[in-house]
Amino acid sequence: MKRRLPYRDYATGTLFILPAFVLFAVFILYPLVYGFYMSFTDYGGFNIKPNFTGLANYKKLLGDAYFQISLKNNLIYTALFVPLTMLFALLAAIALNSVLHLRQYLRVAFYFPYITSMVSIAIVWGLLLNPERGPVNHILKAIGIAHPPEWLMSSDWALVAVVLVAVWKSFGYYMIILLAGLQGIPEYLYESARLDGAGRFKQFLYITLPSLSPTLFMVLVLTVINSFQVFDLVSVMTDGGPGRSTNVLVFRIYQEAFIHYRMGYAASMSVVLFLIIMIISIVQFRLERKWVTY
Amino acid sequence: MLNALGNKRRDRIAYALLLVLLVACSIVALFPFLWMISASLRTDVDLFRNPMNWIPQSLYLDNFKEVWTAIPFGTYFWNTLKLTVIITVLQVLICSMAAYAFAKLRIPFKNAIFLLFMTNLMMPWHSIMVPQFTVVSELGLYNTHTGYVLVQLFSGFGIFLLRQFFLSLPAELNEAARIDGFGEWAIYWRIILPLARAGVSTLAIFTFTFMWNDYLAPLIYLQDDGLKTLQLGLKSFQTEHTTDYGLLMAGTLIATIPMVVVFLAGERFFTKGVATTGMKN
Repeated sequence: MKRRLPYRDYATGTLFILPAFVLFAVFILYPLVYGFYMSFTDYGGFNIKPNFTGLANYKKLLGDAYFQISLKNNLIYTALFVPLTMLFALLAAIALNSVLHLRQYLRVAFYFPYITSMVSIAIVWGLLLNPERGPVNHILKAIGIAHPPEWLMSSDWALVAVVLVAVWKSFGYYMIILLAGLQGIPEYLYESARLDGAGRFKQFLYITLPSLSPTLFMVLVLTVINSFQVFDLVSVMTDGGPGRSTNVLVFRIYQEAFIHYRMGYAASMSVVLFLIIMIISIVQFRLERKWVTY
Repeated sequence: MLNALGNKRRDRIAYALLLVLLVACSIVALFPFLWMISASLRTDVDLFRNPMNWIPQSLYLDNFKEVWTAIPFGTYFWNTLKLTVIITVLQVLICSMAAYAFAKLRIPFKNAIFLLFMTNLMMPWHSIMVPQFTVVSELGLYNTHTGYVLVQLFSGFGIFLLRQFFLSLPAELNEAARIDGFGEWAIYWRIILPLARAGVSTLAIFTFTFMWNDYLAPLIYLQDDGLKTLQLGLKSFQTEHTTDYGLLMAGTLIATIPMVVVFLAGERFFTKGVATTGMKN
């Protein structure tokens, strides 16, 4: 029974959406377009009039060793963060799904680090990882490692330390998503597999994994995109150092734009970040058809 | 999989081992917070004694007093609370209005506008922060709370989440209310919003957490010490007082407590929100 809506509803709907639309247009859509334009200028912030410099910023990026180091560091971060986070999230979700006791407590305990601020946990982990006086190296020495890593003081270990803290902080969030996916798998699938004589491993391989693949895929996309936004941990724990060893993409953009006021150049880096995320999204959604079983 | 009530002895032992392992992991997950508490309750001398004491030898509570005078902690706390509450209320209002329009009202180019809004989910804020900063500066809103609030109010996630909740409400509800003489605003405010309480609470709790913990945007937009938030305050405290760990940990702990309260009060909304949408950037 479709009734014709009163004519004035067109205006009402528009009024309801107007605040969101204006905010979106002014603070998201316009900056997006303006950012592309800025990337072709030498804009230096404040009220200085920008000059159009064509592709100069992009040519400079190609030969900019500092930018390339931050890009490389970010790719290493992604390559470590994504598989580790997914592995811990999956193991935790499966384990939690198969226990009946303490389930509520365990879920809260694993999820809790996610809702605390990056700044707080970066400060605490800085203390925990203190090479001489921190508890982590105390434990490592106690179990017989005579020369534990210098963590944030070492250019070889600092990036690894940042990744480990990031994994510790966020796996619980993805665990919750996977747990919901696991609980959506109908029990009769397992029952019929058991009747066919499938053991636990085969049940996991032929029922759990395929049924969970859409959720796993979503977690993959989210963790990859997330890994290109890392900033807070680096800013508080290492300030990009030692040297340039933990300088990542967003940190480099931040430094160029808000410390050196090379806004035009920073805008061109932002365009690169934007393109990376777009390409990853497109590639992942194309691969989705191959990997994911519905 | 493993069955706690299983009869086989082997199964029960495996189950017990798994439980022990999980509890051990949960202690590792919570260890930094335990350490935060432990470190905040002692002097630095006690903290760095060798061999190490895992538990404070005597309770030292002065850190919790001194932190309010060592830095303008009260100002930071008040700024954070004020900004978080204002942004949460306004964002929920604006997103729910838009979501209601998408779900229940007629708008020109509805699908195109919805798709445009949803690009916000794919595109990280970090890739537009530089030009957005320029726009805010040109509006004369740099270094103001107004500027910071304005850039946080739109949320593609919020609109998506609430639209899902509104779509699940039957269309007859609107029709019946219209026949009873309700205007659209009254229907939205007095019928739809109360019915979508779960969705509204989920968004409110997410936004509150996210804003309380926000670091990069305040770092860019807020310059004056009197405008800064807790996260900025803690960061500069860390840079300036590198040796005062007990004090720093007390500050960090105080800044974390409101999140613990919100989390424990709204845990079911967190898990439900994550599970139903799986998105929040």
